[in-house]
Amino acid sequence: METLLKTPTGIGGLDEITNGGFPKGRPVLICGSAGCGKTLFAAQFLVKGITDYNEPGVFMSFEETAKDLTQNFESLGFDFEKLKAEKKLQIDHVHIERSEIEETGEYDLEGIFIRLNYAIDSIGAKRVVLDTIESLFSGMQNMALLRSEIRRLFTWLKEKGVTTVITGERGENSLTRQGLEEYVSDCVILLDFRVIEQIATRRLRIVKFRGSTHGTNEYPFLIGENGISVLPVTSLMLDYKSPTEIISTGLPGLDNLFSTGGIYRASSTLITGNAGTSKTILASHFAMSSCKRNEPTLFFSFEESPEQLVRNMATIGIDFEQAIKSKLLHIQASRPSLQGLELHLMVLNKLLDELKPRTVIIDPISSLITIGNTNEVRAMLVRLMDTLKKKQINALFTSLTYDGQSEYNNSTVDAVSSLADTWIDLKNEARNNERARSLLIVKSRGMGHSNNQHDFLITGKGFQFTSSNKK
Amino acid sequence: MKKPTMDELNVEDKLVLTLYISGMSQKSMEAIENLKWMCDKYLKDSFDLEIIDIYKNPKLASEQHIVFSPSLLKRYPLPKKTLVGTLSDTKKVLKSLGITIDK
Repeated sequence: METLLKTPTGIGGLDEITNGGFPKGRPVLICGSAGCGKTLFAAQFLVKGITDYNEPGVFMSFEETAKDLTQNFESLGFDFEKLKAEKKLQIDHVHIERSEIEETGEYDLEGIFIRLNYAIDSIGAKRVVLDTIESLFSGMQNMALLRSEIRRLFTWLKEKGVTTVITGERGENSLTRQGLEEYVSDCVILLDFRVIEQIATRRLRIVKFRGSTHGTNEYPFLIGENGISVLPVTSLMLDYKSPTEIISTGLPGLDNLFSTGGIYRASSTLITGNAGTSKTILASHFAMSSCKRNEPTLFFSFEESPEQLVRNMATIGIDFEQAIKSKLLHIQASRPSLQGLELHLMVLNKLLDELKPRTVIIDPISSLITIGNTNEVRAMLVRLMDTLKKKQINALFTSLTYDGQSEYNNSTVDAVSSLADTWIDLKNEARNNERARSLLIVKSRGMGHSNNQHDFLITGKGFQFTSSNKK
Repeated sequence: MKKPTMDELNVEDKLVLTLYISGMSQKSMEAIENLKWMCDKYLKDSFDLEIIDIYKNPKLASEQHIVFSPSLLKRYPLPKKTLVGTLSDTKKVLKSLGITIDK
């Protein structure tokens, strides 16, 4: 049986969903409403094709001029001028002045064929973008003729052996206004842009992919500083490495509660507790232990500004300032509602690439729940944890639980606890007119741990177990 | 089609035309025939025609923004017009070229 050859798409995450990319040498239709990122999608396919896979490309634009395109994509780091100079890219702007056109009989689109052929052959192009060919239809009377010509064009491109991305504007009752999906039978991808609860999300779905298995879900995608990346929710496999190295939590007293004397490297830890149960302090100790090992640490703070965190921790003897100065600690503070979930994830991914931290702390992860529904948050957390695991990063998340609400019945905890390797619950109780703080290890995968509730105090030196209370 | 059979024509100025064709395709040939017939009948010598085969000059197709074939470009007098197709609609062609036929 002939297997379908694939061409890498150059779009992060999409190759994973499509099992290797677009069908090689065939047309692919990208459709969606205005502003959904079609042109960018197409441009990235072309540019990455050149820079990453050494496949020269032709961009035939029916809307924007070469100059506009060059300017628009400059900010994303796509250097059209340079690629053009290197003879790897050809841009052809198809400009039609409607007011000057008169139809006087039958015609064909040989002009387009010849221009494409010339452009393809002049640089040995393997990839072609037609953006948006449906513009040809506007103002023309003989639709039937145009349709058959476009069909002929697609067939010709296939014979030519170039992988073509064709963009199309979403129609009212069909995927594209002119029903291009009827002619592109190999691969159709739908982009969608929605605003749910004031937060904009972009989605991608593979509508059709003949002769290939593909993910059928709707996948969120982002337009970031480096272009589009698709975030597969469920396609990541559970195949990361599991180191046996043990690291400290930053508190010898806590380390001793684990049979291994610490937690596994690259594992994820969840700290739950009501307001004021010292979750951030525990997280800060964890951060400091990472800095002490000389490992870059990234601290995501959704509630406190970096200055406030530094000041507050200094009062209990945790010297964040020094750690920041020595560039081991980076505190990233932002309001959860400032951006959509996906954007948070993207900022995180970007920082992961830039700072290459060995430890990541998110304080608190429950803040994120305020900006999305449970399913979305869960999906994002799964992706986040998978990313961290893949990169072998120690992760620690704190999560706020509320009075009266059991930690076993909290949506964020629900989402995270099953993914976390270690789960520590912090409590505040009134005992004998005193507020008693205590810590309980709910679970810790792959190691024995104390089953007791351990009391502790917050002192000028930070977190201290009151050994007398040890049962 | 019934061709106009008027005696006199008013051609304001000399027409500058370029006909872009794609090789020996049937549509290209038809366009040439129709154009020749019209020029002979209505324009006599008051026109300047160049015929360009875009197969032989693919670069020109892009430079001149040729999309449809055949395409007849009226460069002068202004306004510029692009007549696409086989030029079989004589009335429309004459009108687009700015040729008025007096009674």
